[in-house]
Amino acid sequence: MRAMVYRGPYRVRVEEKDIPAIEHPNDAIVRVTRAAICGSDLHLYHGMMPDTRVGHTFGHEFIGEVHAVGGSVQNVSVGDRVMVPFNVFCGTCFFCARGLYSNCHNVNPNATAVGGIYGYSHTCGGYDGGQAEYVRVPFADVGPGLIPDWMDDTDALLCTDALSTGYFGAQIGDIAEGDVVVVYGAGPVGLFAARSAWFMGAGRVIVVDHLDYRLEKARDFAHAETICFTEHADVVRHLKYLTEGLGADVVIDAVGAEADGNLLQHVTSAKLKLQGGSPVALNWAIDTVRKGGTVSVIGAYGPLFSAVKFGDAMNKGLTLRMNQCPVKRQWPRLFEHIRNGHFKPSDVVTHEVPLEHIAEGYHMFSAKLDGCIKTVVVPDAA
Amino acid sequence: MTYTPEKPPIAESSEELLARIPGWGADLDPADRPSVPREQFDPTLSGAHWKHPERQPEKWPRERSVEHTQLPPVFGTAQPPRGVSGAIRKLSYARYSEGQAAHWLLLIAADRVDTLESALRSFVTLHPDNPITQTGVRAEITHHGVRSRLGRKRTDVKHHWMDPLIVGAPWVAGAVLTRRLVRRLRRSSRSVNTPPA
Repeated sequence: MRAMVYRGPYRVRVEEKDIPAIEHPNDAIVRVTRAAICGSDLHLYHGMMPDTRVGHTFGHEFIGEVHAVGGSVQNVSVGDRVMVPFNVFCGTCFFCARGLYSNCHNVNPNATAVGGIYGYSHTCGGYDGGQAEYVRVPFADVGPGLIPDWMDDTDALLCTDALSTGYFGAQIGDIAEGDVVVVYGAGPVGLFAARSAWFMGAGRVIVVDHLDYRLEKARDFAHAETICFTEHADVVRHLKYLTEGLGADVVIDAVGAEADGNLLQHVTSAKLKLQGGSPVALNWAIDTVRKGGTVSVIGAYGPLFSAVKFGDAMNKGLTLRMNQCPVKRQWPRLFEHIRNGHFKPSDVVTHEVPLEHIAEGYHMFSAKLDGCIKTVVVPDAA
Repeated sequence: MTYTPEKPPIAESSEELLARIPGWGADLDPADRPSVPREQFDPTLSGAHWKHPERQPEKWPRERSVEHTQLPPVFGTAQPPRGVSGAIRKLSYARYSEGQAAHWLLLIAADRVDTLESALRSFVTLHPDNPITQTGVRAEITHHGVRSRLGRKRTDVKHHWMDPLIVGAPWVAGAVLTRRLVRRLRRSSRSVNTPPA
């Protein structure tokens, strides 16, 4: 089969690999029909995530058709169209039994602090991902879901991570009616978080980024006010001004490890790998939220330390909420939102690239060329 | 307003927001939010029909965090550790817990060694590494590299110049070292072949 493989920082190519085999009775092999490049894939692509091995196939957002199943699989069959949450999870460990599927303890030998994630380094379990023609899907009876007949393929693809994560980020912000919500980052996850904040009853949603075309999408798609942080000497002070000095009730960090806005922070993390991530957006979030407010973190950071302004968070009495999204838990309610026409998730997709051109797809997404917001990858066999 | 009890007023009322934004307030009640409360105990909800999952065969001694008291029943089998990078990775997993910076710094060091080892290994295959095509830099031409950056108030352009250095520096260093090595070998072979005066 053809598969994207990592060759080192900023370098990927497509190689011939063996079709994955059933390795556990509850495995399925899925023939991928659509995959996506996620903003968090860039942390791997840039060599920031520890234990990212050469030859690894990225891709934790994918849908496809069941190609083969192990002996104990009951809930999906060969030929089923399935959407696969980015979490690999067992369904029965201490954490899964409480709905914390992203924190499963039974699927990742390499670390206890993080669950299993497809195509996201050995730190997240060492599973090859879905930017390939075929992928191994463990625990096929609990992870994948059948794609509803009425659902568009691209909408289903976005449900596997970006949309679910954005929706989750708004929920853990504990938004109350009339709250002012600030979202740092106008990538797909930030756009979905901003859009979802309205579902929770936000009174005002403000999205902050520095890419003009993404801010335009935040206005059109997420109905948000926008701020380009490069137009302000001090974006935190500007946000305080906009909120009459109080600050926002809820701030969502949808940027994560490669945040721009402070060259030293960015270079020491994204380029020199001396921090787990650039905490610029997180520090701005801590400074922007009102005292007693909530910061929701859905941007991904590496496991190393980062220079976070924790003193301010303590002194302000903040609630910090965060997690990798337990994706499957979000689906029933999200499906209702999509079916009711509240929004069309695929509106954030800007590019589609064939798997054979994955190197160009990564470069375009990484360098933010051509108005790129979300890139879908289509394998040849799809 | 901050100095008085009242919250600053919002420009639009809930009714106006409901009229303007499809789905506004649909999840106003926390009971409609799937992640509220955070923990919802229900071992049957996931669809699992096992209490303890069967164990996947361990085909080689699978490296694992020292914080795991046993090998989890299911794990990825992609890219087993090999070479010097594999030895560094095994050392990191065997000796240091996730709470120690040495664990992560060793893994990051192993990643860099892996890149070098894999590049060298690729040169004895029919598919050697190509540092230019693998960067996808062709997208700069096909997807408006200049137009996407100029006059856009983008702050990331301040560090884009570093990316070619990060990718190119190891290759340039490798080329210089190889050239020196070849010259030294030539010189030593010449001195061996030259008869003493």
